Amino acid sequence: MEILKHDLLIIGSGIAGLRAALQAAYTAKIDIAILSKVQVMRSHSVSAEGGMSAVLYPDKNNDSLELHAYDTIKGSDYLADQDAVELLVQMAPIEVRFLERIGVPWSRLPDGRMYQRPFGGMSVPRTTFAADKTGFFIMSTLYQNILRFDNIKQYHEYFVTKLIIENGEFKGVTALDLKTGELKLFLAKAAIIATGGAGKLYRFTTMAHSSTGEMLGFALRSGLALKDMEFVQWHPTALVPSGILVSEAARGEGGYLINKQGERFMKRYAPQRMELAPRDIVSRAILTEIAEGRGFVHEESGMGYVGLDLRHLGEGVLTQKIPFITELAHKYVGVDPLEEPIPVRPAVHYFMGGIHVDTYGRVLAPDGSWVRGLWAAGEAASVSVHGANRLGSNSLSECSIWGRLTGEAAAKYAMEAPTPATDERYIKAAQGEESRIFDKLLHKETGGISVYELRGRLQDAMEQHFGPYRQESTMKEGIPKLLKIREDFANVRVEDGGRVYNQNLKDALELDGMIDAALAVAYGALARQESRGAHYRLDYPKRDDKNWLKHTLAFFNGGQIQLSYIPVRITKWTKFEERKY
Amino acid sequence: MPTLTVKVKRFDGKKSWWQEYKVDIKSRRISVLDVLVKIKEEQDPTLAVRYSCRMAICGSCGMVINGVPRLACQTLLTEIKDDTITVEPMWNHRVIRDLVVDTEPNFEKLRKVKPYIIRDLKEIYESDREIGQKPEELEKYYNFAYCIECGLCMAACPVVATNQRFLGPMALAAAYRWSADSRDQGWPVRAKIVDTDEGVWSCHLAYTCSAVCPRGVDPGFAIQLVKAALMRRAKKL
Repeated sequence: MEILKHDLLIIGSGIAGLRAALQAAYTAKIDIAILSKVQVMRSHSVSAEGGMSAVLYPDKNNDSLELHAYDTIKGSDYLADQDAVELLVQMAPIEVRFLERIGVPWSRLPDGRMYQRPFGGMSVPRTTFAADKTGFFIMSTLYQNILRFDNIKQYHEYFVTKLIIENGEFKGVTALDLKTGELKLFLAKAAIIATGGAGKLYRFTTMAHSSTGEMLGFALRSGLALKDMEFVQWHPTALVPSGILVSEAARGEGGYLINKQGERFMKRYAPQRMELAPRDIVSRAILTEIAEGRGFVHEESGMGYVGLDLRHLGEGVLTQKIPFITELAHKYVGVDPLEEPIPVRPAVHYFMGGIHVDTYGRVLAPDGSWVRGLWAAGEAASVSVHGANRLGSNSLSECSIWGRLTGEAAAKYAMEAPTPATDERYIKAAQGEESRIFDKLLHKETGGISVYELRGRLQDAMEQHFGPYRQESTMKEGIPKLLKIREDFANVRVEDGGRVYNQNLKDALELDGMIDAALAVAYGALARQESRGAHYRLDYPKRDDKNWLKHTLAFFNGGQIQLSYIPVRITKWTKFEERKY
Repeated sequence: MPTLTVKVKRFDGKKSWWQEYKVDIKSRRISVLDVLVKIKEEQDPTLAVRYSCRMAICGSCGMVINGVPRLACQTLLTEIKDDTITVEPMWNHRVIRDLVVDTEPNFEKLRKVKPYIIRDLKEIYESDREIGQKPEELEKYYNFAYCIECGLCMAACPVVATNQRFLGPMALAAAYRWSADSRDQGWPVRAKIVDTDEGVWSCHLAYTCSAVCPRGVDPGFAIQLVKAALMRRAKKL
């Protein structure tokens, strides 16, 4: 087996991972490797459309760091850690300007400053954007800037199968090289996990095929904890029936949501902010309209939907500010937004939860101790700045900021730490992985169950039992289904017997991790007997600060998910208002 | 709805063959990628296809569909009138397996043209300066910044087909994009790299690159702009 050594491994290549790589490469002359299961520039961050929040011009926009923090904390339904939010708002303008200096083509005002648009839950326009392909432009700029540094090596299409952690210290990973089908052992002084979200736990999602979230499951297996996994964000406007995202920028630029009667129904749910209320509120409003018969019905899929009406915005706004939305609507649903409303409904979009980390992105064990040498950033981590509900455009800021912070910290750590020894124990661990993957999974002689059939069952169970409206009885029926899927995975059949670019095998390995990540969502949701942000319980429709103003931690204990709780860090926002918009 | 016949050119590392699949569809408003994923998940899990975003922005699923280099996710059945679809891997690339090709040589060519802002590195990484850019300065390079590095232009280029060393439309368009950015000071460095046989002078103006670009980048035009700047010995783009 090939053994590869680097100082710092970055697992995942979205905005958080690439930003971390750049900062680490500039900070120290260390040997950095990016491992990505996709080609490095193709991560799901490219699909982010709307923009990146930051208080850039406080005087001109009548904005302040204080106000950005307040909006974020209120938007989070008070579950965000306030010290982390303070760091977010303070660093966001610094990061937007950094991205400006490395070449992001931000949309501009006539005087050369950056344009900012309104976004849901934000009191003033503070979302910086590059048309409506902001994520793509940031990704492309970061990726090309990576090419400046010869101390960054890119491993395209390397699927990490296991984290090796020993005595509370990171040691390395095993990864499957998809192009050759060989398993390799990577030893390193430090690592940053930046593998993104887990949209594919559900059937209807805005996320890419690659956003499967298996690393969250692998993290559980290596003894790490996941935080607040029950908080899953449904984005209000995804195209029917594909789930392709229609950015909040459409509403930021003035788009309306209308029901079958042509009514702007948001006036009944959020009379002041209307279409620009936070996502949890708008998504539930749309689902209520559909449930009460005021939605449209999509003929082929049977899905209910409402209309996103952009007709009044005019051609100028559509072609200058939101050209991608116009293109996507035209291409994938055959609708010209100047002529008719776009059919949309809520879809899984973002996981507020993720790997348990502290304010600086250091990965914490269930007992709160730092796993030395290990960081996590971006959607894969839960810092937590989003709490129970993320505001649109805060994620690009988060990814960029915590990419930078973890990149810098990990590089400094790697400069001091000793080179990992090629210990027999790590080789044994890797050989165990080889046996699990190639002997047991790839060459299993059984009839078995198709990977895709089982994954479909997982997605259906999550949609049915852990969707935007939850209650104890349905969730209690859902958990045995997930446990059965866990059990049935032992009989999964990899039909592709080859080694080279065996996606069928990769898909099976993904599914294995997805099931554990799904269980963390399920147990967290069942236990939390309140409604807060994106977690809505029909049987407990009110927020309960007395009992539930706390973060959930999920971790494995004897192969079973166990939960514990830790307090929310509160600095100066101590008035827990009811969220009215 | 009709039954589609999908003919896929396959490769397993040793031999190459054509395989036919029959697929029942409910609607034509689905993409060729949707059809290939359906085949993979319901009929033949051994079919290798690279894909991710399914919304024409990640650049994974370039392939040759009915004789034209295209993104599978951006090609809807509504645009293909025929009920037979022929799919092969991108031309001018080494095939790894089935529809998956090695695009890493493209990325190495991209690296050669220094695709990033060239100016004081300390200023970039340690200052908090906002450089600023007027809308008209943005316009100058904006269209060329849309490149998703899918490699379709490289697949379509007749010069790439015969001259492995040619930097090709993807990297040369990037050379223009970065040099034309008002924040950049790197044109003198990049001019030396592209003013060569491997650079812009090998372009024969076939413009197939621009014809197939799924994001309308127009690399052919970028190359001509670079040639013009070299001819007039421009100090700045």
